[in-house]
Amino acid sequence: MSEQKKAFEHVIRERWCKGCNICVAFCPKQVLVLRNGKVHAAHPDQCIGCRMCELRCPDFAIEIREKGSAESLGRDASEVDYAIKPEAHQ
Amino acid sequence: MSDTMKYFRENRLPHIWCPGCGHGTVTGALVRAIAKLKLDKNKVVVVSGIGCSSRAPGYLDFDTLHTTHGRALAFATGIKLSRPDLKVIVMTGDGDATAIGGNHFIHAARRNIDITTIVMNNNIYGMTSGQYSPMTPKGMLGTTAPYGNVERSFDLGKLAIAAGATYVGRATSYHVTVLQDLIEKALLNKGFSVVEALTQCPTYMGRKNKLGGPVEMLEWFKARAVNIKAAAVMTPDKLEGKFLIGELYNQPEPEYTAEYSAMADQVRRRFDAFQGGVRGCEQNSD
Repeated sequence: MSEQKKAFEHVIRERWCKGCNICVAFCPKQVLVLRNGKVHAAHPDQCIGCRMCELRCPDFAIEIREKGSAESLGRDASEVDYAIKPEAHQ
Repeated sequence: MSDTMKYFRENRLPHIWCPGCGHGTVTGALVRAIAKLKLDKNKVVVVSGIGCSSRAPGYLDFDTLHTTHGRALAFATGIKLSRPDLKVIVMTGDGDATAIGGNHFIHAARRNIDITTIVMNNNIYGMTSGQYSPMTPKGMLGTTAPYGNVERSFDLGKLAIAAGATYVGRATSYHVTVLQDLIEKALLNKGFSVVEALTQCPTYMGRKNKLGGPVEMLEWFKARAVNIKAAAVMTPDKLEGKFLIGELYNQPEPEYTAEYSAMADQVRRRFDAFQGGVRGCEQNSD
């Protein structure tokens, strides 16, 4: 037990995601899937934090944050509601 | 990303580019490079022409200028000459830079004016439904080349080096870390810097040439791109059908606006001395 495993969380701006599948295809750990045509972190515990999804996303729709890092930068993605309202699917 | 979000006009997003278009990746790489260098957003001007790529400044919270087709570099030259303290970035496409604005491109490179040019090369005119451009590879299909393009394409890197650019790099939207690195170095270079970013156009280039979706097109880049450092030890037959990425050229030269203001200072000094001489003559004649 030398070092505790780092954990990462995925901040997803659903409204900006166009479901192009780039992040899903190039994730080295198959963390991401498409759900209703939008990206979804299916296995966030598998994430190694390489941030390739964040760098390659053409729509700035996904962001990786290290859990426990107390960084609050004001206009943070987690503080804004980017989710699509459920009634939009009906 | 959180620290880069302040450089975006968030109320303008999501952008209009097609799903899987590589232009967003390049825009993201530029913003990350700017965030890394901690540039003041009131000291950065982003100029663009016309085309898919030229929509990018609309989403960026700098002083931005969306100009006429191909003339982004001409407008940028004016901005840089009047305000050399500003960081001027031109975001342009392959058609905008090499066809309509080809002349502006080579002459901006010849002058070595301190402008960072990011050419988003998707090999096609995407906004007007896929006509072939000067960067469409030979044999590829387009709306105006239904039996294959017979023209040879430009090698933008070689063109920029030959015209006199002092920093030239090439990357793809697959090689994002290389791209960000190159843009960062290009921003730091004092002189005309060109970064060619190959991007995928799944809607026209991909569909016309049956290259598949955005993922397949990125894999196409991955299979064909060779880093210039790796290429140095490779035999020519292994490099057949590949293209080079990385820092293609970096050779600092005197910069245009610095040279221009030095010349203006010299003329002003000479003029002042001359006027002093005239005053001296008047005194003598008295």
